[in-house]
Amino acid sequence: MQLRPILSSLTRHKLTAFLLILQVTFTCAIVCNVMFMIATRTSQMRLPSGIAENELAMIDSVGIDATENPLVRHEQDLVALRGIAGVKSAVVVDALPLNRDNWTNGITTVPDADTHVGASAYNGTPGELQTLGLHLIEGRDFQADEYIAEDVPHGYKGIDTVPVTIVTRALAEQLFPGQSALGKDIYASGTHPTRIVGVVDHMLRPALRDPATNEYAMLFPMKPDDSEVTYVMRTAPHDRERVLKEASAVLVRLNGNRILKSPQTFTQVRDSYFHRDQTMVGLLLVAGLGLLFVTALGIAGLANFWVQQRRRQIGVRRALGATRSDILRYFQTENFLIVSGGIVLGMALAFALNLTLMKFYELPRLPLYYLPIGALALWLLGQLAVLGPALRAAAVPPVVATRSV
Amino acid sequence: MFGYYFDLARRSLIRSPILTAMMVLAIGLGIGASMTMLTVLHVMSGDPIPEHSGQLYYPHLDARPLSSKDDKNAPDPSANLSWIDASNLLQAHRGDRQAAMAGGSVLVRPAQTSLRPFFETGHYITADFFPMFDVPFRTGGGWTQVQDEQHERVVVLNGDLARKLFGDTSATGKIVRLQDTDFRVIGVLNDWYPQPAFYGDTSGHAFGKTDEFFLPLTTAMDLKFDSNGNMSCWGSGGDQRTSGECTWLQFWVSLDGPTKVHAYQQFLEDYWRQQQAHGRFARPVDAKLYGLLAWLDHMQLVPGDVRLQLWLALGFLAVCMVNIVGLLLAKFLRRSGEVSVRRALGARRRDIFLQFGVESAVIGVAGGLLGLGIAQLGLWSVRHRPDDYAHLAQMDVSMLLGTLVLAIVASVLAGLLPAWRACRITPALQLKTQ
Repeated sequence: MQLRPILSSLTRHKLTAFLLILQVTFTCAIVCNVMFMIATRTSQMRLPSGIAENELAMIDSVGIDATENPLVRHEQDLVALRGIAGVKSAVVVDALPLNRDNWTNGITTVPDADTHVGASAYNGTPGELQTLGLHLIEGRDFQADEYIAEDVPHGYKGIDTVPVTIVTRALAEQLFPGQSALGKDIYASGTHPTRIVGVVDHMLRPALRDPATNEYAMLFPMKPDDSEVTYVMRTAPHDRERVLKEASAVLVRLNGNRILKSPQTFTQVRDSYFHRDQTMVGLLLVAGLGLLFVTALGIAGLANFWVQQRRRQIGVRRALGATRSDILRYFQTENFLIVSGGIVLGMALAFALNLTLMKFYELPRLPLYYLPIGALALWLLGQLAVLGPALRAAAVPPVVATRSV
Repeated sequence: MFGYYFDLARRSLIRSPILTAMMVLAIGLGIGASMTMLTVLHVMSGDPIPEHSGQLYYPHLDARPLSSKDDKNAPDPSANLSWIDASNLLQAHRGDRQAAMAGGSVLVRPAQTSLRPFFETGHYITADFFPMFDVPFRTGGGWTQVQDEQHERVVVLNGDLARKLFGDTSATGKIVRLQDTDFRVIGVLNDWYPQPAFYGDTSGHAFGKTDEFFLPLTTAMDLKFDSNGNMSCWGSGGDQRTSGECTWLQFWVSLDGPTKVHAYQQFLEDYWRQQQAHGRFARPVDAKLYGLLAWLDHMQLVPGDVRLQLWLALGFLAVCMVNIVGLLLAKFLRRSGEVSVRRALGARRRDIFLQFGVESAVIGVAGGLLGLGIAQLGLWSVRHRPDDYAHLAQMDVSMLLGTLVLAIVASVLAGLLPAWRACRITPALQLKTQ
């Protein structure tokens, strides 16, 4: 197949060809970035939280009686909750992965240092590790005598008083790269050392920001004693809804002087945390497909015109001995050239667009392998769109050459 | 003449129905997507208090030490004032009216046993708040500065809370228990829910029914009620809320006319220098006075995702436009014969131009109508999002007309180049080759 006649024919339709190239350029640039944004968001939505997600049910309780001792209240509540059929274990916690209730501590490996690593703190009653289903890869769980109260009424005790901690692997590797973190000490602003006694595999923070720091978390043996706490119950997946209903009733019966909030399963927590991303992924998908659809319409529409316009020319070529497949290939090659032009420009624009997005929306850099994927998609789309008109062109009989319009 | 061109356009469009449908669909999709997002942006950046926004200003001071760094993931600490600075500005009394405020959440304990206690959000404010924002009262009224100074236990309820607690009977004069203290209801608002709730800490919830009660800031401080906006502290020690090293209060001032605005700006700069003399305000003098709309703009109430969606929609529209230019160009040029005959029979270039212009506009109107339907569908889906701005996503008349205008403008623009090319066809050449 010779390119020269195709090119010279295209130069006779400079403006139309240019418009088609422009459209492919825009589509290529936008679709590459849209694909990348979809991939970025879905990978974030799929991040494992490190806990037994489909076995957890929780309910928030706010005590409204200022005179009661919250630690006693929580203990009584836990006994009652553990009595519900199907509840394997129950604990009180002050925060959970993805529940947005974030308490970040700046920590270091030496006392009184200037630079800190921000890590989220999780506090809970004994049995938190096992109830949440966290996977301990090194060390041990907290011992009963290590637990202290959070002491919220007098300002949190926090890392400045707590003797031991369990950290995530991600945090351990950041603090002590290349060595075991077990038995090492970490510090907050002061000089009080907190010893690392265990390392868990994974645990997401209550709120995600930067992918690199998403798992910077640590557990403290501190019993929450704020008036508002979360009760977490571990149960079989199919029991969760029933357990939640019973838990509300049990808690109110035990003591009505409280407000119960948001009884939910962890699946619901995750869904609500990522709801906006879910919406955005849906919109991006629709926009990307819509763009490809409109571009296909444009390519098919213009190809159709060109075929109609060149009926006599096609007839003449057929009369001079060109086969049907020659004609078919002519239009397919023509389309390939136009789309290729658009792809080349589109890749450049895709990068420019990505740079702009990086500046305003904190998007990472577009990985190079998106470009061949985008190119392939557009080539395929172009060939599909042009197939109909090209087949119609190939069906033009040679006798057309002898007829006037 | 237009009637004739319209008729020609109709015939031409009907002759190739698939192509016409494609073009209408492309315009409709592009316009529908763009108008959905433009409408969302329009309602989110509207003026919450049009009669008074011209006189309302927000002073911006920055008391932070030089070592405090900006964190792009956290709300800006300098967007709010510390208790000390807010009190100083309040006492200086340099504006026509001024008020300091903070949002808070309190436990409401209803007197009737049928209602369980519940948490409600509202604002702790100073006396000038009501007259300054021209807040509409259904019954009763606000309080005075004297009552502020005496830390009186009075409260103004918004419509929803008053109805919830007291039904249709007048709430004014009744007692309502908040946390563990009785408050006397001295006024009920006429369902005042400006969108956004511009006066508060807009880095959190700015849309929806954010405030159901208003009580004196001094009283809330007295009773140690929790505030729920962003509180940023540097330094340590002391009661955090009354220190000069924690920002958590919003401050508004009303100033009538440019002279007063200029004077207040001058006052803020002097205040900054004066505080520097006292060892505070380590940063160089950079006092700002934002107008209401400029302040809302500064606070970026429109989430990044919504702005991204708008750009996506506009990009989509651009591709649709290029698409239509190409299709129209091909369509018009194919009618070279017809154009040549008309030109040979005496039609001027601008007649041809007009004829094709009308044809583009007809496509635009059809596309606009389709786009209107698609935009309504898009807004319906936006209203079902769980975001606080979702309920606002409604088209008003101006956006409705805007959609049609945008569609027609877009399609006529798309038709310009093809029509221009068509009217430059040389009739003789075309007629000869036929």
